[in-house]
Amino acid sequence: MKYKSQKVAYWFFGLCMLLFALQIVYGFIMGFARIGWDGLHNVIPFNTARAVHTNLLVVWLLTGFMGAAYYIIPEEAQRELVSVKLAYVQLISLALVGVAAIVGYHFNHWEGRKFLEIPRELDYLVVVNVLLFLGLILATLFKGKRKTTTALVLTMGLVFAALLYLPGMIWFDSQVMDSFFRWWVVHLWVEGVWELIMGGILSYLLIKLTGVDREVIEKWLYVIVGLTFLSGLLGTGHHYYYIGVNKIWLIVGGIFSALEPLAFLGMALFAVYMYRKGEKSHPNKIALFWTIGASIVSFIGAGLLGFAHTLPQTNIYTHGTLVTAMHGHYAFWGAYAMIVLAIISYALPNVTGRKRYDKTSGHMAFWFSNIGMLGMTVAFGVAGVAQVYMERKMKMEFMEVQNEISIHFVVLLLCATLFTTGILLYILEFIKYGRPTDEALEVKSY
Amino acid sequence: MLSKSQARAFFLGGTVVTFLIFIGLTIYSFQPKNDQTNHGQIDAKVVRGKEIWEANNCMGCHTILGEGAYYAPELTKVIERRGEGYVKAVLQSPIPWGPRGRKMVKYEMNNEDTEAVIAYLKWIGNIDLNGFERVVSPLAKDKE
Repeated sequence: MKYKSQKVAYWFFGLCMLLFALQIVYGFIMGFARIGWDGLHNVIPFNTARAVHTNLLVVWLLTGFMGAAYYIIPEEAQRELVSVKLAYVQLISLALVGVAAIVGYHFNHWEGRKFLEIPRELDYLVVVNVLLFLGLILATLFKGKRKTTTALVLTMGLVFAALLYLPGMIWFDSQVMDSFFRWWVVHLWVEGVWELIMGGILSYLLIKLTGVDREVIEKWLYVIVGLTFLSGLLGTGHHYYYIGVNKIWLIVGGIFSALEPLAFLGMALFAVYMYRKGEKSHPNKIALFWTIGASIVSFIGAGLLGFAHTLPQTNIYTHGTLVTAMHGHYAFWGAYAMIVLAIISYALPNVTGRKRYDKTSGHMAFWFSNIGMLGMTVAFGVAGVAQVYMERKMKMEFMEVQNEISIHFVVLLLCATLFTTGILLYILEFIKYGRPTDEALEVKSY
Repeated sequence: MLSKSQARAFFLGGTVVTFLIFIGLTIYSFQPKNDQTNHGQIDAKVVRGKEIWEANNCMGCHTILGEGAYYAPELTKVIERRGEGYVKAVLQSPIPWGPRGRKMVKYEMNNEDTEAVIAYLKWIGNIDLNGFERVVSPLAKDKE
């Protein structure tokens, strides 16, 4: 740690751990409901659990991105954050808005739009909160001694993410238009600007962990984010095939979304190549595992599994089935959850001054969670493909099919237990590191 | 070999060009001549139905136009498949609906709201979905 104000990142990461743990709890509620164990139905029906599960995911990832920015930007700009106090205000208000939204979901208070369930009045508070965050980051960057490509790409991702939240706040009388512009938020976040954030964090971590020249890494960062937007913007069309808009999206969406794996392939090759090229042997092996892991798993989850059902000829059968859940879980895990866990693993020893670099529990956390998530993805995939054949080819009734495939949710729950064990070990490591301290400034950080 | 400034130009140029095409296609999609949704048929009842749909987060269990949570049946063609009477019974049920073991939230909806939801689902059922309507609900197709 080079700047005192970087410590603020620790508290964002702490909130991440809390929200992530809660997200998993609601995931289990949904998993059990799918095998008929729905004892909580009267208190937490499936639609509540689902809204909480997906919104907590979005909030903890955004919290992680914010923490990453508070850690990375001072170091890249070579100055302290402009205001640590305001950063804490931003953290607390973010947590309060999140808690208010989640409590509201349990009382039928929501917008009822997938991923964007946060009610309108809280939307405005989210906007204020994000503006405060961006103000702090941009002011730090602007007043800084240098403006690196890594910092600019990361900041650009965060600014665009904030701007893209706005189309989701427009109300439409038509379900089709509602859906169309909802994807401007959701798709252009996860298959667009969030990749900029991921690229920025990845680039920073690779510079630190491999020792490869910044100029080389940042040059390839431009190529990768260029590929992301080139394919991802028009790739939005894969959400428009069958929702009631023009057939032109079948062609445009088909072609460009088929190119989307290229950006993730680029990211994976980039990370692995830089790792092999690097001469630095960084002691923080756990951070390296999560960093390289994120680049590879995101290629498989977001790239390959996305490609598996992105062509219109396939998607006409898989649209609206559990095949989407398969892709969704592994993509979010690889691309975003793992990169947040990577930056946390890298930053923790530096802000606390404790070098728990190579602990067995840290490695177990990595492998258990990854193997568990892979198993969950396979379970969703098998259930999804079986659903497609039975429901859409053999014309069986929805619930008849659900009963047939419920066994895959038993497998899913078993794998989720392994996954949870991994995440609990990760959280335990987080706790063992203890609080951040100014003494960490005196410890040599790599 | 590619320089950093060339890489930056590739990023900025590619982004601007694809963004402009994307905006152009969006405008094209919503021109009245390209409407596939019978937008003119959206009346106050349909809008009320959509509001009820959202206020109860129906998408948190069901899917519509193929979007939702995959926990409860796809409702794009539900009126054709089940008929208005069945849908009405589900929405007005005094106990959680769950004939095959998977429970729905008990809504006990009044007649006015029920009719609004049915109007909304009827409007949804008439959208041209580029062929998906034939796949998403083969049982409805068989009734044609």
